[in-house]
Amino acid sequence: MPSIISISGVTKTYATGFKALKEINLDIERGEIFALLGPNGAGKTTLISIVCGIVNRSSGTVTVDGNDIGRDYRAARSLIGLVPQELTIDAFESVWATVNYSRGLFGKPANPAFVEKVLRDLSLWDKKDAKAITLSGGMKRRLMIAKALSHEPRILFLDEPTAGVDVELRQDMWAMVRRLREDGVTIILTTHYIEEAEAMADRVGVINRGEIVLVDGKAELMRKLGRKRLVLELRAPLASIPETFSRYALELSPDGGQLTYTYDNQSERPGVASLIRDLEAAGIQFRDIDTQNSSLEEIFVNLLRQEA
Amino acid sequence: MNLRAAMNLRAVWVIYRMEMARAFRTVLQSIISPVISTSLYFVVFGSAIGSRITEIDGISYGAFIVPGLIMLSLLTQSISNASFAIYFPKFVGSIYELLSAPVSYLEIVIAYVGGAATKSIILGLIILATASLFVPLHIEHPVWMLAFLVLTAVTFSLFGFIIGIWAKSFEQLQLVPLLIITPLTFLGGSFYSINMLPDIWRTVTLFNPVVYLISGFRWSFYGKSDVSVGISLGMTVVFLLICIAIVAWIFRTGYRLRN
Repeated sequence: MPSIISISGVTKTYATGFKALKEINLDIERGEIFALLGPNGAGKTTLISIVCGIVNRSSGTVTVDGNDIGRDYRAARSLIGLVPQELTIDAFESVWATVNYSRGLFGKPANPAFVEKVLRDLSLWDKKDAKAITLSGGMKRRLMIAKALSHEPRILFLDEPTAGVDVELRQDMWAMVRRLREDGVTIILTTHYIEEAEAMADRVGVINRGEIVLVDGKAELMRKLGRKRLVLELRAPLASIPETFSRYALELSPDGGQLTYTYDNQSERPGVASLIRDLEAAGIQFRDIDTQNSSLEEIFVNLLRQEA
Repeated sequence: MNLRAAMNLRAVWVIYRMEMARAFRTVLQSIISPVISTSLYFVVFGSAIGSRITEIDGISYGAFIVPGLIMLSLLTQSISNASFAIYFPKFVGSIYELLSAPVSYLEIVIAYVGGAATKSIILGLIILATASLFVPLHIEHPVWMLAFLVLTAVTFSLFGFIIGIWAKSFEQLQLVPLLIITPLTFLGGSFYSINMLPDIWRTVTLFNPVVYLISGFRWSFYGKSDVSVGISLGMTVVFLLICIAIVAWIFRTGYRLRN
């Protein structure tokens, strides 16, 4: 099946001359959770704003389920729900009024039962008559999500959804994202909290200085770029690493009690089994052994460091 | 293609309804305060000072100023309603939703300008009713009166919409009404006939577009005007067309909305 969002050759140069996006090419698959990672100012929000119709692109084309965002903007935008980063709501409207307004704005006939369900799912039903201005920050965030879901979008953009959000809301939000995905909704989230991408995403794209640096499945990314670390607790401290182990590039802790071996899947370094054999042969004994996978965060940091 | 399929009428309706709801929520500010200030004008100019002024064109001074006063409120309220309606979501950022919705520029304009114009027309009629409590009113051409009311409300709501998009601060938002519209209205014959002016000032005044609005509107009441009705109508329509052209340009370029 063709991708649900297809971005090709998209650039954005602001009037100030600042190039926010340089030739972005990106395809989002139907029904996936895609995490767009990048440091602040990398172009994440600009890219989302272009797809959603908030900012004009300088060049390039974007299609949403085959609809060009310029020529067929009605069809394209009808499919998209957007939860922006900032809490921006008309403060004087009631929760009920503002969510129904959003639904009407997207051309959908009134459906009080559906809107009620959205509000209940987001624990907002008790607040339906409250004015937005009286809501707490977390509740406002829920309201923004309710507005985005009010017109039953097939694609949901969450721009930095958990910035400044408490644990409870964060968990509710992830539960909601999973439910939506089960219903076939495609979800694109931007974040600079990498644990989030790690926990949720099927695929990850990294954007830096207006360029897509890499796009890959999360599992593949972890496998390809991830590293493993083997830590050995030694029975007796070593003064130094014996010459014969130079090919392993081991690290010795300052107290001499711990040996660390870092390896990855593409590595030409020999495997763990041969290291352990060699250690036994050299009479180096250990009392404990531990392995660690590097997180997406470390991968991300490494990637940006290479870029710089 | 029928209209329902070609246009997102639901969006137009919900925006319009929300704009009207805001007016009723702030009823004190949007309705009562103009009524009070208009009543004060009548008390001061109509009764206190007006009783010492002779009739103008055979009309008592109190009655003479009614069309001008309505126009004064109509212009300022149309501009402030429409400019605030579009500036406020821009200011708080909630405009993202409007821009990301499947709504055309035409629909946005119809909804916002329609809402602003409706409010100021209602206000104009309320002022008219208030005025009838103070002075004997007589409307010679009621259909033309309504036509001028609607045409002016729509034109200046469009103008306000443009200001709302252009403005980058609340100060700029107030600037045009304060520095341009209010003086033009006061000097446009709200409180006097421009025929009372010395020749040179009368000629200068003819460059003031508001003169034509007030003159035409006053004609619909009393059948007398400073300039001919045809010219009044023509000037109003010209101004309307200029506003439409500017709005079209704003939308074609995404000026201060999508850039």
